[in-house]
Amino acid sequence: MNALQKKDLSLLVLIIVVGTVVALINPRFLLVGNISNTANQVGLFGVFSIAEAFVIITGGIELSVGSVIALLGVVFIDLIVNHGINWIAACAFVIAGGLAIGAVHGLLVSRMHIQPFVVTLCGLLIYRGVARYYTEDATAGFGFSSSFPTLEWMTAGRTNILNFPLPHSVVVLFVVGAVAWVVLHRSVFGRYLYAVGKNEEAARYSGIRSGRIVVSAYVICGGLTALAAILIAMYTRSISPAVHGSFYELYAIAAAVLGGCSLRGGEGSIMGVVLGTILLQVLQNLVNLLGIPSSLNFAVMGTVILIGVLAD
Amino acid sequence: MSERFLELIDISKIYPGVTALDRVSFSVSRGEVIGLVGENGAGKSTLMRVLGGVTEPSGGTIRIDGVARASLTVAEAIKAGIAFVHQELNLFDNLDVAGNIFIGREPLHAGPLKLIDRKRLRAQVRPLLERLAVDFEADRLVAELSLAQRQLVEIMKALSLDARLVIMDEPTSSLTLTETDRLLQVIDGLKAQGVSVIFITHRLNEVKRCADRAVVLRDGRVVGALAREAIAPATLIRLMIGRDLKSLYIPPASPPGDRVLDIVEVRTATYPDRAVSLSVRRGEILGLAGLVGSGRTELARAVFGIDPLRGGSIRLEGEPIRIAEPSAAIERGIYLVPEDRKRSGLLLDFSIAENISLPDLASYARGMLVQTAAEVQNARRQRERLNIRTPDVMTAVGTLSGGNQQKVVLAKWLSMRPRLLIFDEPTRGIDVGAKQDIYQLLRRLADAGVAILMISSDMEEVIGVSDRIAVMHEGAISGFLERNQFSEHNVLELAVGHTV
Ligand SMILES: Nc1ncnc2c1ncn2[C@@H]1O[C@H](COP(=O)(O)OP(=O)(O)OP(=O)(O)O)[C@@H](O)[C@H]1O
Ligand SMILES: [Mg+2]
Repeated sequence: MNALQKKDLSLLVLIIVVGTVVALINPRFLLVGNISNTANQVGLFGVFSIAEAFVIITGGIELSVGSVIALLGVVFIDLIVNHGINWIAACAFVIAGGLAIGAVHGLLVSRMHIQPFVVTLCGLLIYRGVARYYTEDATAGFGFSSSFPTLEWMTAGRTNILNFPLPHSVVVLFVVGAVAWVVLHRSVFGRYLYAVGKNEEAARYSGIRSGRIVVSAYVICGGLTALAAILIAMYTRSISPAVHGSFYELYAIAAAVLGGCSLRGGEGSIMGVVLGTILLQVLQNLVNLLGIPSSLNFAVMGTVILIGVLAD
Repeated sequence: MSERFLELIDISKIYPGVTALDRVSFSVSRGEVIGLVGENGAGKSTLMRVLGGVTEPSGGTIRIDGVARASLTVAEAIKAGIAFVHQELNLFDNLDVAGNIFIGREPLHAGPLKLIDRKRLRAQVRPLLERLAVDFEADRLVAELSLAQRQLVEIMKALSLDARLVIMDEPTSSLTLTETDRLLQVIDGLKAQGVSVIFITHRLNEVKRCADRAVVLRDGRVVGALAREAIAPATLIRLMIGRDLKSLYIPPASPPGDRVLDIVEVRTATYPDRAVSLSVRRGEILGLAGLVGSGRTELARAVFGIDPLRGGSIRLEGEPIRIAEPSAAIERGIYLVPEDRKRSGLLLDFSIAENISLPDLASYARGMLVQTAAEVQNARRQRERLNIRTPDVMTAVGTLSGGNQQKVVLAKWLSMRPRLLIFDEPTRGIDVGAKQDIYQLLRRLADAGVAILMISSDMEEVIGVSDRIAVMHEGAISGFLERNQFSEHNVLELAVGHTV
């Protein structure tokens, strides 16, 4: 546990260093509006990065995060905008969908013994395809007339605290992160997750039903991804199913790896994943603010992740 | 004997909180067989790791062929002709036997592609297989081998190096008498060729049989060296633990009670057409002997729900039960202490406390949350009870010495309330003194009404601890022995399939 905390600390230092450099070169980095926007991005990306971490800790991987976000996003908007379904029911439906997708992935991995990479790669292709077919490749969005003030306030709203407009996505991330922290680092289930990820055979010999644990991890991942899908849909307000959420699984994996998760399983912390997400978003911001051509976006991010992982 | 080609002078190794080696001096002459003994955590493996270039000493000098240096790298050690059989096995599960033995040194086809020459590879492996007369082929996947068989692969790997010094760290810990005999013959052969051998073991008879010199370590210091004539188990024990040991067998407090476990015509995947029947009674310690590969571990795994049964049935206290998962066995009070601690017994990166609490984690939890204080408290209790050598129960199990890791595996299961305890090589790598404590503990458990099935390849242990012995041969029971029939001869006869 101590080693993990040390890892988190060095990540924090890295974030502060990068932040300071950006702020020195372009003071606009520190503008309230910019920080608030970046925080909003952290909130949105943090939720599905935590989702990814649950799976990675069991030694698996979930590649369909972005496609699920697109599919569930269009379904959600379609339900409340075109079918006039109550938004609470729609939220419940979408989250149930996420849980179901997770359960299918988990069962395919643990019962059918198909490699997680393969299962979720197929998921990535299938859900993207279904999302595009569902809207006939058209953009799904809110019309001018439709308005859901409560839902909008809850998901995409901001509350002024000490003159800082705190995005509600950050509040959601805080709640999700706190619960996930307790589950992963304090609960019996969390201990089992790490045990299965570290050495499934030894876990089994200790009486842990490793199959169930693996399925639960994918289910949790699916549910949190669905939550993220709603938040993101409400933030973007319109979804082009061909591109919405694409590469998000890679952001999630990157955040988890930066945060100390090992792709071999059994390692990583919630604090680390959140810090990893923050670092990625600060980098994104850096590209924007320093006038680096946005085509170099991924190159910058890849380089920093590599440095971060090497520094470990 | 005269030519001392290797000398360690005042070697120390300090880990945080532990002095593993304290100014140890040690030398090896050509063609000399050295038995290295000492309690768990005495520093034997650490000393050998220094010699093999795996661990960097904190101080001291290593002199090879007159050249002094402060430390070695693995490559330098190999170049100096040192081959190493590690205590914890390091094989590639996904490669076959030949591939493991010659990893990195595979014979290649001529040509730019450098393809592996399978024919030559097999030809080079064959003499090694014959030398140890192993019962498996060169193209078997290591993943399919038993622990003892994997141990033999490690030994062959070291022998294939044509070294001038072979270090074997507890090579016999999972071997039965037959394989051990063969290994000791191989050691004699090496010696005759002028190769030196350092041999670590907790089976002191082996030292007496093959060593020219015995070196005893205690708390990281050399506390004695005995010449060939002076080597005797009792003397070694006194040097190792500073006291004498009394005989092993402790009779039960009362005669055995009802049958707890009935194994009826059970067949396993390894021997699908051989059926095994046996019963274990309350308060009884039933020893299960046999050669490596006789199907003992497979039987235990089937009872514990790791492998599915191929046939037959299992009854617990007369009631037929179906166990599809270890968790189901554990719920019923059937526990298995597996033989391979690194693979199935422990999570090496987890702390001692976390390992011990794992099979019973719910009882350390309030609500859904694990109470670390309760875990630590119990781990401390187990540390006293089993004398696990560590300053802190929150240290990772992987940093403990082999024998102390084994004690943690035992502690996992002894913290709970068993009805039937199956031990697969319970004292693998545990020193003589601690073994004695564990045997007392087993007897106390049995007297408290637990039924114990103890698989063991250690002849002294089977004969010294069991109330009754079942012997297996090629997947079937070849006979039972009552205490008055116990003898090494009888066990061996049954183990090779004869009758007594
Ligand atoms: N990597 C490590 N980190 C911390 N302590 C270590 C490490 N390796 C060994 N030790 C400690 O050094 C001491 C000596 O260990 P060593 O493995 O040499 O014992 P050993 O004589 O081989 O015992 P055994 O008979 O149980 O195999 C032990 O107290 C052990 O806990
Ligand atoms: Mg050792």
